[in-house]
Amino acid sequence: MAQPPGAPGFLAHRDGDLVGVAVRDLDPGPVDGGYLSGPASISVRLTEAVPLGHKLALADIAAGEQIIEYGQPVGIATRDIGRGDHVHVHNVRSARL
Amino acid sequence: MSGRVLTGYRRENGAVGIRNHTVILPVDDLSNAAAEAVAALVPGTLALPHAYGRLQFGADLELTFRTLAGNAANPNVASAVVIGIEPNWTERLVAGIAKTGKPVAGFAIERHGDLRTIERAARVAAQFRQDDSERTRQEVERSEIVLSIKCGESDTTSGLGSCPTTAQAVDRWVEAGGTVLFGETSELTGGEHLIAQRCVNEAVRQKFQGLYDRYMAMIARAGVDLLGSQPTQGNIRGGLSTIEEKAMGNIAKTGTKQVVGALEAAEPPGSGPGLYFMDTSSAAAECITLMAAAGAVLHLFPTGQGNVIGHPVEPVIKLTANPLTAQTMAEHIDLDCAGLLTRQYDLTAAGGRLMEICDRVINGRLTCAEAIGHREFVLTRLYPSA
Repeated sequence: MAQPPGAPGFLAHRDGDLVGVAVRDLDPGPVDGGYLSGPASISVRLTEAVPLGHKLALADIAAGEQIIEYGQPVGIATRDIGRGDHVHVHNVRSARL
Repeated sequence: MSGRVLTGYRRENGAVGIRNHTVILPVDDLSNAAAEAVAALVPGTLALPHAYGRLQFGADLELTFRTLAGNAANPNVASAVVIGIEPNWTERLVAGIAKTGKPVAGFAIERHGDLRTIERAARVAAQFRQDDSERTRQEVERSEIVLSIKCGESDTTSGLGSCPTTAQAVDRWVEAGGTVLFGETSELTGGEHLIAQRCVNEAVRQKFQGLYDRYMAMIARAGVDLLGSQPTQGNIRGGLSTIEEKAMGNIAKTGTKQVVGALEAAEPPGSGPGLYFMDTSSAAAECITLMAAAGAVLHLFPTGQGNVIGHPVEPVIKLTANPLTAQTMAEHIDLDCAGLLTRQYDLTAAGGRLMEICDRVINGRLTCAEAIGHREFVLTRLYPSA
């Protein structure tokens, strides 16, 4: 799909979330995103590619810390995650298992 | 809130509907043929064929009666003709529907045969249809319109777009003094504690937790561990990492209000306006049929990959933030909110668009599913028949 000029590369659900979600396939390098419910914009330098629908870190997250999305813990970091890293099953686990 | 005038049909018991159906309701699978024949003879009537109703017993039978009677009692229905193979269960359904005060008549096939039953039922159905045609819309309040929600064929755009947009409508409905039902018991797994925290008091919290634990125990008895199989490989490919994250996308559509009640399947909300949990399957047609049985008259259905669901009694509004779905399945999508993902508008504006569609459908505009004839009416079974 063609993207309008200024369209974000990723969106975060809530202010304070530690991850955003790619709304298109993203290449490594600088990318601009925003929040679902506000005009604020965030810029992140991606360390790796992040596919559509996958998460990227908006802050450094140490191993053992909670991943916050929707303003809620959705998992635990299994290793140190740097700002701009792809966040998925290779570095996150459920707190329920 | 908008100043749009809402109109609907105020029924004998005061409940408000947004459609004016004359339904032909079979008690059992054997009576589907007669019910559909009556609907074919009397244009404008609506048959509700289904697959069950014989040799059921106990809680499963009670749920079937509650679901069938509830759908005919739904305020979207003006009057009902009930057809069953034998008189006892037929009269039981008629009595359940008659409590609303609406016109209802029952016909048993035994000792008459299909053809004489069809003739007798069609004569009454034609009279009901004529009478129903004189029922007129009047101005109603949003608080009188019971809304239900359930999502399906979800993907990551559901959590980012269509579910939060639905939440906007849910919050606005509750703020207007309205009632909203959500369900999908098993799909709350990973976030059920968040629903428990939102329960208005300890009694509701315990009722919710009991319903949730009962459903999960039922699944466990079948030898399945939902926690171990979630998220699915497809979910992971799409970017979902944990069961908590998957649940958050589902729960996102319930908005931010307190949960004022926890209901058994097909149980009408009885403790005033607000947001209610109902213990339901997560299968779309089963869930909506149970919610319609509880009196919901309008359903919101956020989808990601695209679902085609409709319901004969309760109109279903479908919305998606997935641009590919909006484009390739346009005849099924009432609201395309993909612009959220490109920030062409914000969540408040998307919520406003959804409210406008809701109000137009309340006032009579056909949903996509109504226009193309999607009428999924499915009973939930608790266990096999005797």
